[in-house]
This record gives sequence, C-alpha cells and structure tokens, in this order.
Amino acid sequence: MARIIEKTNLNDNTIKFVVKAPAIAKKALPGQFIILRLDEKGERVPFTISSTDDENVTIIVQIVGGTTMRMNALKAGDGFLDFVGPLGKPTELDYLKGKNVCVVGGGLGTAIAYPQAKYLHEIGANVDVIMGFKNKDIIILEDELKASSDNLYITTDDGSYGRQGFVTQVLGDLIKEGKKYDHVLTIGPAIMMKNVVNVTKPHDIPTTVSMNSIMVDGTGMCGCCRLTVGGEMKFACVDGPDFDGFLVDFDEAMNRSRNYATEEREHICKLTGEVRNG
Amino acid sequence: MAKFNMAKTKVPMPEQDPDVRNKNFDEVSLGYTLEMAKEEASRCVQCKNKPCVSGCPVGVKIPEFIHLILEDDLDGAYRKIAETNNLPAICGRVCPQEVQCEGKCTRGIKDEPVGIGRLERFVADYRNNKKYNKPVEITSINKKVAVVGAGPSGLSAAADLAKRGYSVVMFDAFHTAGGVLMYGIPEFRLPKKLVQKELKNVIGLGVKLQTNTIVGRTIYIKDLFDQGFEAIYLSTGAGLPRFLGIPGENLNGVYSANEFLTRMNLMKAYKFPEYDTAVHIGKKVCVVGGGNVAMDAARSAKRMGADVTVVYRRSFEEMPARIEESHHAREEGIKFMNLHNPVEIIGENGWVKKVKLEKMELGEPDSSGRRRPVATGEFEESEFESVIIAIGQSPNPLIKNTNSDIDTESWGGIIIDDRTMTTKEAVFAGGDAVSGAATVILAMGAGKKAAENIDKYLSEKDK
Repeated sequence: MARIIEKTNLNDNTIKFVVKAPAIAKKALPGQFIILRLDEKGERVPFTISSTDDENVTIIVQIVGGTTMRMNALKAGDGFLDFVGPLGKPTELDYLKGKNVCVVGGGLGTAIAYPQAKYLHEIGANVDVIMGFKNKDIIILEDELKASSDNLYITTDDGSYGRQGFVTQVLGDLIKEGKKYDHVLTIGPAIMMKNVVNVTKPHDIPTTVSMNSIMVDGTGMCGCCRLTVGGEMKFACVDGPDFDGFLVDFDEAMNRSRNYATEEREHICKLTGEVRNG
Repeated sequence: MAKFNMAKTKVPMPEQDPDVRNKNFDEVSLGYTLEMAKEEASRCVQCKNKPCVSGCPVGVKIPEFIHLILEDDLDGAYRKIAETNNLPAICGRVCPQEVQCEGKCTRGIKDEPVGIGRLERFVADYRNNKKYNKPVEITSINKKVAVVGAGPSGLSAAADLAKRGYSVVMFDAFHTAGGVLMYGIPEFRLPKKLVQKELKNVIGLGVKLQTNTIVGRTIYIKDLFDQGFEAIYLSTGAGLPRFLGIPGENLNGVYSANEFLTRMNLMKAYKFPEYDTAVHIGKKVCVVGGGNVAMDAARSAKRMGADVTVVYRRSFEEMPARIEESHHAREEGIKFMNLHNPVEIIGENGWVKKVKLEKMELGEPDSSGRRRPVATGEFEESEFESVIIAIGQSPNPLIKNTNSDIDTESWGGIIIDDRTMTTKEAVFAGGDAVSGAATVILAMGAGKKAAENIDKYLSEKDK
C-alpha cells in the first residue's frame, strides 16, 4: 500500500497527489511513469511522474474516467493498493546542455513536461516553454514553469488568459520571428503532438514526443501500448514513452487510443448513474 | 503380492458438461474422490525400473506415493511428493503428462498409462483442503538469496533454498506473485485460489515476497548485492509476446495472447464492470497458434460468448498443446482451421474486419521434428471481429538491457554454464528466461537445479 501524503485539487478536473514511495523516488528520472491500482478490483493505470523528493513521488491526474473519478474521492492518509515504477526509459536530456530547446505541453501534458523543463533548465539549456489550455480555469504549474524556463508562453483556446489559440500557432510564430530551436519536446494529446511535428518538420527541428498509449502491465509483456515508429513495432512502455516525432504513426496511435471508448463510458455510467457522451 | 487393477483405461475424471462449462469460468475437471483415486492407484504395477520417475522433470517418487494412497496414508503420500515437488496441485493439473511421466508408464505400452497427474492432484488437493498443516522445521543458515520473478521457476527455487535454511526474498514486477500461473493459465484450468494456496505453502517456509518491484527499474542487481544478497536467481520468464509481422496487426481488436489472458486472468476482465479492467472481444474471434496459450485464449474467448476459430499453420497432429486441452477445446465447440496461415489483417474504420489466410501443406520435418508448413500460394478471406495472436513469447529483455555483463543468446535467452550460473558471478538463471517459453514443470525443474547449485556455490565459497 502506497500512502497518499498530500492531495490537492488544482482545479475542477485536475488533482495532484504526493505519494510515499521511497524506492521509486530514489530511481525516477524525467520522462518516466508509474502504474497504480486502487484496490483489489481496480485496473492498472499509468501516470507520469511529475516530481520527486527523497521519499515521495508526485503525480498529476486528470479526471477523465472511472478510475480517476474514484481517485478524486481519496484523501491524504488513504493509499493506493499497488504503486509500481519507475517505468519507461528516461528522456535523454543531457546532450541538450547549452542548446536552445522549446518544450511544448498541452493540458495535463504540462505536468509531464514540467520535470523535463526543470531538468533542462538546471543543466544549462536555454528553455522556452509553451503551454496550452482550454481556458484560464484549468491552468496548472504556471509558477513552477516560470521558474524553470527562460520564456514562458501560455495560450488558451478561448483567449481567457495569455495568447489566444493553440500551442502550434505560438510555436510557428516564434520560429517565424527568428527563434532558432535545436530541439523541441512535446507532450499532450496525440493530435496536438502530431500538429507540433507538422510545424517543426518543415524546419527540420528534431522533435521528441511522449506517447500516452493504453497500457496494462507497463513492463513489455503484452504489447497493448504498441505503436509504429519508423515502420517498426515499438512498445511505448519499454521502448518509450519518448520517440522521434518525425517517425511516429500518429493516426494509428489515435485510433488505438479509442479501443476502449465504449467500455469506459459503461464504466463511468456505473459510477455516476448517469449517461455521459464524452 | 497385492492384486493389481488391470483395467485397460484410466478411471474417468468427473468433468463439467462441455455445454455448461463453455459458459462459465469454473474448473473443468472436478478431480477424483478417494474411491476413484484408490481404484486408479491400484492400476500401478509398482514396476522395479520406474520409468515414470525418469520422465518427471523433478523426479517425483511416483510408485511410492501411489502406494501410500492405497495404504490410506494421504499425508504420507503428500510428504513423498513434496520431497521433490514444491507445487503439486499445479503440476497435477497443467503438466503435459503424456510426454512426461505417463508417457513412460509401463502400463502405457499396452493400455492407457496410470493417471499419475490426476493422482498427484488428488493428494495435493487433499492436503491443501486440510485446515491445519504442520509447519516444516528448518534450521536457518543466515545467508540471503534473492529470487527475481515469482513464477513457477522462482517459487520452486525459493522453496528449495528456504528448506536448506537460506533467507530468501522473491521480487516480482506484478502486484501478485505466481507469474504465468496467475496471468496466463485461465481459472477454468487452474483456479487462482489454488495457486494462492500453493504460494502460501512456499511463503510458509519463511520466504519473503516483495511485489510491485521491477528488477532493472525499481531496483538493480547491483543494489541487491549491496543489500547483502550473496546470490541471485533470475527467473524472469519469457513474457515478451511475438507478433506475426503482417499488415494490420495494430488494428483495434488485435490482441497478443499475453494481453488478452492478462486482462482476463489477472485483472478479471470477464467480470467487468464489477472489476475495472475491460476486454473487447467481438462475436467472431480468430486465435492464431496451436500451443497451450492458443487453447487457453480460445476457450476464454468462447466463455465470453464468442464464436471462436483456431487458425494453425500445421495439422492437428503437430499441435504442441497438451492433448487434454485441444480435446477439451473441441468438446466446447471451438472450431479449428488447420493448415492456414494469416498473411494480412484487414480493417474497417480502424477495427478488424477480415483476416486473409494462405492455405498451407506439410513438407519435410524441420529441426523440431515436426513437418514444416509450406505455402501453397492459395488464399482466402474470413470475417472476424477480433484476432488473438498466440504464436509464442521470448524472454523479457529488461535484464539484458540493464546488465551488459549478463550475456544472452541472439533470441534473448540468458546464457548459463553447467552450474546454471550466468556470465555474472553469483547470478544464476533458469526457467523460460533461459530456455524460451516451455512448460511449468520444466521451469520448476530448472528452479530446483539452480537451488542445488546456489547452495553448492555458497557453501564452497565459505571454505
């Protein structure tokens, strides 16, 4: 049982959990994730490690379905029955020391991008961060990212805060204005990462994407998280989650993420007693 | 001299009716009563050369335990089996006895062999159903050994090491120990409660279990030595699924058998939404492969209400599955499309719609001694909504990827010497991690042998 030390609702649908997991905290590096299971009847769900200290692992969770709704009912002092990690390959960042890097995150992807931006900033990369949200109510980690970047650009789809529009627009504008990036890291919904690659590819800026496939074990034994990268089959949980964005088949990845849409709705209905269509 | 029962056939084992059991997940075979067990036990002629024992990978003293059943000494029979076998309730159920002990039985020359597996199962179940079992007395020798992977091989090694007095910790990546016994073999063939009972028997020997710990991620081999473990046994299995490498394999509705069975067995997706994990199985399911894993996947899909076809590239005779399993599968209404090989999975809106199959014929025998399937150039298409791929597994590459000093074969198997030691000092390996996917009992045999070697290595180190 992994004890919840702290639970904070960052906004209506985003929760931060600080979880006591010393073994994982000791080994975790940016880009890695954990898998947790709530209880005996629970499913195994992956969450990226947002930060660590000596004892604890922080994860940031968006309420999107049955398990995350039930997680929202937990409080400090409660625990997760199973909490395993760190999983996946750490993001390769050290070679970007002294380079110009742009980190592009969308929505909850911000929580995943944060440890990478922080690490890059610490090793002396020039870090620009572009963060996109639907509206100003769901903005997270603004202060943390300001402290971990040279320039922070926030966009909202509805213009309620920062620039209006998508992250891809800002990225395109910055490149047009003459910003020279050696590398772009992007984390968010697959469609957003696909669009980021569409911006960077014509300029030949190497782009790392962090894939968020459906997973079961997270240790490479089932292939549920498989995707096509450069024409080859890869498992996001052990070969990734980071991949060369120019080589990922995003359309296939987006299709695979819809594999359980029907069951997820059924699951939410059972929990809420109402019909949801999203 | 006692009179032997010279009946030509085994005493039949009660089973659930095929049409009833293909709709539930309860155990298919119900096991012998004491009367049935004694009747079957008396078919053993107690021959002097005991060929059955040589056919058992862990050398169970078969005629001796069978004799004790006839003497009504079931506790004695259990102790006799347990001298060499740490998980008898499991072996009695899942061993391919026809190519092991029973394949060598003297009675099998003329008639059906003695039902050794059924008798072992009977004795183990009797013991596991007892309320109180006397703990084994062990003298501790105050030396630590780590076992990585708590599948059949790791459990067997841990039990044997504990009996020799070592302080053993088993590390497992999953939230539950048991490996393939928990995530792979279905409930209707191996009830999970029973696996947990056998696991308890191993823990009862003083073995510690640490789940949710991935060696190579949560903790490294180096850390284990730093923590005072003097030897390590790697029994990480062969859990990496093989795919066909054909177009359409990443369509929705295509599963590796590992994923499908893990969802079903470990996560209990057949009880969704009572359990949170879902499984999406269409009305028409194609299972590719002819081994036990293919049979397990097919029979599980059938129990979810699907119309299931097993597609296998050789003929029924070459199928590597345990005879009892393919027989049970047929009884339960699974269809077989032999001498067919999938060449493409065709989709519609991102989901499986059809499978394109090439007809095969049999050529010369290959290195495995089985006749090689040869492509005919003739194709046909069949409609399916789901495809489950069960064409084998390779060793998990995590140990190899995080330990450059542990050598592996090109296909991933960990290389060991005649002491079962890897190329890294004091690190031993066995089971599917070394051999590639094989059987539960061979993995247990390997664990047993490794325990013996570890004991020898650590005792000699002290001298």
